[in-house]
Amino acid sequence: MKSLTAFWNILLKDMKNYYLKPPNISWGIIFPFAWMLMMFIRTKSAFNMLEVFPGIIAMSILFGTTSMLAVTITFERKSRSFERLLLAPISIELLVIAKISGAIIFGIFNSFIPVLISFFYFKVVVENFTALATGIILLSFVSTLLGLFISVAAKEVFEAQTYSNFFRFPMIFLCGLFVPIASLPLLIRPLSYLLPITYGVDILRFSVGQNNILAFGLNLLLLLAFCSLLFYLSIFNIKRKWIL
Amino acid sequence: MNSNIIEAVNLHKKFGDFVAVEDINFAVRKGEIFGLLGPNGAGKTTTINMLIGLAKITDGKIFYNGKDLTKNINNAQNIIGVVADESNLYAEMSGFDNLCFCGALYGINKIVREKRAHELIELFDLTEFSHKKFQTYSKGMKRKLTIAAALIHQPDILFLDEPTSGIDVASVRQIRNLIKQLNYNGTSIFLTTHYIEEAERLCDRIAIINQGKIIKLDTVANLTSAVQRDNIVEIVFETNIANEASLSADLQQQFPAVKIEIKNSNTLKIISGTKINIVPFINILADRNIMEARLIKPSLEDAFVLITGIGLKLMKKEKEK
Ligand SMILES: Nc1ncnc2c1ncn2[C@@H]1O[C@H](COP(=O)(O)OP(=O)(O)OP(=O)(O)O)[C@@H](O)[C@H]1O
Ligand SMILES: [Mg+2]
Repeated sequence: MKSLTAFWNILLKDMKNYYLKPPNISWGIIFPFAWMLMMFIRTKSAFNMLEVFPGIIAMSILFGTTSMLAVTITFERKSRSFERLLLAPISIELLVIAKISGAIIFGIFNSFIPVLISFFYFKVVVENFTALATGIILLSFVSTLLGLFISVAAKEVFEAQTYSNFFRFPMIFLCGLFVPIASLPLLIRPLSYLLPITYGVDILRFSVGQNNILAFGLNLLLLLAFCSLLFYLSIFNIKRKWIL
Repeated sequence: MNSNIIEAVNLHKKFGDFVAVEDINFAVRKGEIFGLLGPNGAGKTTTINMLIGLAKITDGKIFYNGKDLTKNINNAQNIIGVVADESNLYAEMSGFDNLCFCGALYGINKIVREKRAHELIELFDLTEFSHKKFQTYSKGMKRKLTIAAALIHQPDILFLDEPTSGIDVASVRQIRNLIKQLNYNGTSIFLTTHYIEEAERLCDRIAIINQGKIIKLDTVANLTSAVQRDNIVEIVFETNIANEASLSADLQQQFPAVKIEIKNSNTLKIISGTKINIVPFINILADRNIMEARLIKPSLEDAFVLITGIGLKLMKKEKEK
């Protein structure tokens, strides 16, 4: 009960202080728009929305979540307010879950705009809603945890941002967002399979009836494995590096 | 019943090969104000961090209320309050919201934490600013709110890392009075400082730390009496006595057991290895308009210099850091 009060208030505080601030809300709206516009201009005319749908959603989630964690984790550590959380009578695991919950919700929210535009403007037909929801939720989890892993490693906010760009931009090309993995050079392909976003995008492709590489269940399992791995690595790093 | 709230046994802390704290031992008694006094880099913050679980312990043991919590300091988190050496609340939140949030971290329900936040804000004289953002506070106000935040869960022991460094004189006075008041109401206090005069004024017992080692640990009275070799009485006159060479010579002749010195233009100094009875002196000097006769006690500063060999200049220099 006491832990629940702490958990809920950490989440609520992050929501109020970070996620519901106008710049961040508008980021969640403008960013997906920009991606769509870019696709639109590139192809000049009608492009196959079904093909880019998974990529746009994944990008929106990935960029939204990772950029927030640089603030909610790295900045709070730098300003030392994170010490308060470490001193509170809650486990580090619960505290970290509370800190990332906000980003996960923010990631899910970020996917709404592209999903809605795809439905109502491009008339995208979803064949499997469960897969779509699962894909969005798991992508939010795994991107957030990727962001957490990076933020925990960084000492400064700009450092966290640089590191995450180092990961994010290659992912656009490696994870089958807009370029099918099958058309990547053979040597690079294994790299794609090391990146968790690949599996999330695969689920999204499946949800709208595009060719998927792996079975839905296998993708799900792999994503869950990535999530646990990133979570425990982050906790390990906090315990090792933050408590000197 | 254990009368010590904290016991540190052979505490040792290394950062790589660098020894920051070396084999220190002390106990903080329930209800006392315990001071860790030492210069820059002595190991004060490192010691606190080990006690509160923000630094790993290289070697040694820590007991809270007689229980060995070396491996799980977290079990003490409910009874400890911590004020770090820098204000570390949330800049974007108001003073009131900051306190409520800190209360929530300890699982205190909304009604109780809001009530306590109001009380603390009043106690710390911040009512006017309670709904202003923390980042708009002055340094002194920030420090006060940081202390208030450490008290929201009513800890048994409060850790204060240099609570008065770098803030205005009025806030310093207020904070020192509040520390005394808190202690009077039963909170044990562990504070670090490099202000000798602060340690002397506030602490029941002081551990002097330098280069990671505790050099001396005792009450203020014992620390100072240890350096007191002579009894000194000063007699201050309203008139100038500097030109009266015969005065001290005459007195010296009458009282061969003591040493008489002219300290300055209107002050005479009587020094003795034993207790001084001033009545005969006053009788002789009665027609000279004596303004004051005072017993000179060695200050903690004197004791500090003698014990540590650290110059006061070095300790004072820190004040401007
Ligand atoms: N994380 C760290 N890594 C390496 N050395 C450290 C670390 N933290 C502290 N030290 C060193 O340990 C020694 C003790 O530092 P500490 O901060 O405990 O001193 P202090 O008594 O609190 O001084 P101050 O008055 O400056 O606050 C210093 O020499 C410091 O440089
Ligand atoms: Mg310090």
